[in-house]
Amino acid sequence: MLRRLVALLGLTFAALLTVLAGAAAAEGEQIVGTLASGASGPIEGVTVTVTTADGDEVGSDTTDENGRFEIDVPGAGDYVATIDAGDLPEGVTSSSAERPVTVGPNRAQRVAFALSDGSVGQGGGDTITVLQRFVEGLRFGLIIAITAIGLSLIFGTTGLTNFAHGELVAIGAAVAFIINVSFGVQLIWATLLAVVVGAAIGGLNDRLLWRPLRRRRTGLIAMLVISIGLSIVLRYVLLIQLGGGQQPYADYRGQRAEPYFGGIITLTDKDVASIILSVVVLVAVALMLQRTKIGKAMRAVADNRDLAASSGINVDRVILFVWMLGGALATFGGVLYGLSDQVAWDMGFRLLLLMFAGIILGGLGTAYGALVGSLIVGVFVQMSTLVIPDDLKNVGGLLLLIVILVVRPSGILGVRERVG
Amino acid sequence: MDYAVILTNSLQAAFGPLAVFYALLALGLNIHFGYAGLLNFGQAGFAMLGAYSIAVMSTTYGLSLWIGVLAAIVSATIFALLLGIPTLRLRADYLAIVTIAAAEILNLVIRSPSSTPVTNGTRGISQFSQGFDAVAPWDTAARFDFFGIRYSGKDLWNMTVGWSLVALVCLLTWMLMRSPWGRVLKAIREDEDAARSLGKNVYLFKMQALILGGIIGALGGVMYAFNVTTAQPDAYQTSVTFFAYTVLILGGAARVFGPVVGAILFYFLLAFTENVLVQLTAGSDPLIPPEILTRSDAFQIRFIIVGIGLMLLLIFRPQGIFGDRREVSLDAR
Repeated sequence: MLRRLVALLGLTFAALLTVLAGAAAAEGEQIVGTLASGASGPIEGVTVTVTTADGDEVGSDTTDENGRFEIDVPGAGDYVATIDAGDLPEGVTSSSAERPVTVGPNRAQRVAFALSDGSVGQGGGDTITVLQRFVEGLRFGLIIAITAIGLSLIFGTTGLTNFAHGELVAIGAAVAFIINVSFGVQLIWATLLAVVVGAAIGGLNDRLLWRPLRRRRTGLIAMLVISIGLSIVLRYVLLIQLGGGQQPYADYRGQRAEPYFGGIITLTDKDVASIILSVVVLVAVALMLQRTKIGKAMRAVADNRDLAASSGINVDRVILFVWMLGGALATFGGVLYGLSDQVAWDMGFRLLLLMFAGIILGGLGTAYGALVGSLIVGVFVQMSTLVIPDDLKNVGGLLLLIVILVVRPSGILGVRERVG
Repeated sequence: MDYAVILTNSLQAAFGPLAVFYALLALGLNIHFGYAGLLNFGQAGFAMLGAYSIAVMSTTYGLSLWIGVLAAIVSATIFALLLGIPTLRLRADYLAIVTIAAAEILNLVIRSPSSTPVTNGTRGISQFSQGFDAVAPWDTAARFDFFGIRYSGKDLWNMTVGWSLVALVCLLTWMLMRSPWGRVLKAIREDEDAARSLGKNVYLFKMQALILGGIIGALGGVMYAFNVTTAQPDAYQTSVTFFAYTVLILGGAARVFGPVVGAILFYFLLAFTENVLVQLTAGSDPLIPPEILTRSDAFQIRFIIVGIGLMLLLIFRPQGIFGDRREVSLDAR
């Protein structure tokens, strides 16, 4: 046990050192951002000016072909970024051409300008927005589902409520990011490599930490708190590695939204790819659970561990496989999430609570419940922006989690039983 | 390496206002987790309510600080009721997920542009602590020196009030836990069904514990807001709750002084590692070259060490320094 733990710590430390070796690059403060709108795509040639809070000009930049701008600022503090509304293409307007920005020490602070091009709700009124939001929700829900299935299966087979699962997602996205951006590998190949790494990380998680703890008969609550400790460690390793800002992958940037179904909804190519790939992966996972020997064994262990063990199933091997599957799926979901929302050190934690909402809604510990629940959460979160401000959309998802616990704590697909 | 500076800085942090904050948060969690076995992961939310109650009441509505303290207590009670009603009948891990989600909801709502008129969004509220500093019996701008450990008069005032509050809460906890009420609470932690079969209203006792611990956490938030003189949403993220758990488990859960010792030790160790790392990376020719470790990274490494510490504690010594292993309830029922 001690040997394993030392090995684990050694591994963490080695990872830390490699991380630190590459970290020293980003120094100095910047204000960065991207100008783009749904219909026009990235907008080139707009002048962005940064002034101090008192109105002295600090610097300006003109957006490049990807709509990006970066302006160096002399230090941390409050600034105002302004875009020249006259440079915007015809039809695009900005509701707030001036934005206050607070830049922290050594941070590249992103600033977003609200641009409207009249594309949402164009010509048809509210139903179009509803459909648009529904499809966006489906895309998001599929991402949650991919990541949540692993979390749910881990809970089902080991009883562990893994708070570090969000970090598996973020690490997956970050590994793909490093392979993609630092080594210049195209994102598809980078993703495949990252999924292999993710499966390995999942497997190592089990072999080095959780299996020894199960052998020691560590309590489930203790393991829950240990997973929180692990998540803190991993999250701050990621912060040191990635820095505090958000970064996009090198490929598929600034795509233009194309109309689908006769213009009822508009989606970028990467959104469509994300939806199709998610469905393919989820069907593959379902087939694996339903048809293959290991899949059946996984469901058996999740259903009743002792019975599975006494029917000759090697429970430890099944659990290891569940962890590897969970790690691989989390990585894949992380890349898709990074593609739509950019890669950031805390992206995993943002997704984690929605994953929990999904699997509790569907029924804790089941694979299909996690799938259904996550889809509902994703759609609910996106659709809720129709009535509540965009920045509060996750509140809707979390409230859904609390409501379902009041109404039906066993979830939609869970067996109705007393859980308290 | 200047060992004297490292030592005095670490001791300064160990008894400073931040240690007061975490001691109060952990004292609240001790009632929740240590005595009642409730896994509340929303303690940062309670602290946030405390801080914002003071800030909003005195700046936005211009009321006195005592009204703010009252508002902190009332809002913490309401938050505890909202959390407890749906979840206290459920299993421990459900409570964990719901409380963490509720604290996150609170944070999102307070930082939202829609609530800016009341909470001033992500910038937060400042300019409300003058009334607190004004009643200090000494000059808050002066500096005081205790055997080389320096505090500003303002910090010293905060610490005086804060540690007195900690002492009061400890006394209250000690009295409560040797009363019949405390014995029922511990009975619920050990075996809920047994307590229920003796005719105790388990739900009610758990709810009272949740409210009491939450109020203590909110008071911690009040003291913290006075110390940093702003109420700002970034200061109350979930990591605050996790640190408070580390403090509690380090000192020993279900022990009256566990959280206090935990907070002092936690801040000593945190400041110690930070100071050592800063000294190692400082100067024109640092001992650790900047290619390996920069100064800003040294700050983040503290959090990594906290995480590793939390894991090691739970694996090898879940009862912490003073706890009794049999009393630390770490099994889901």
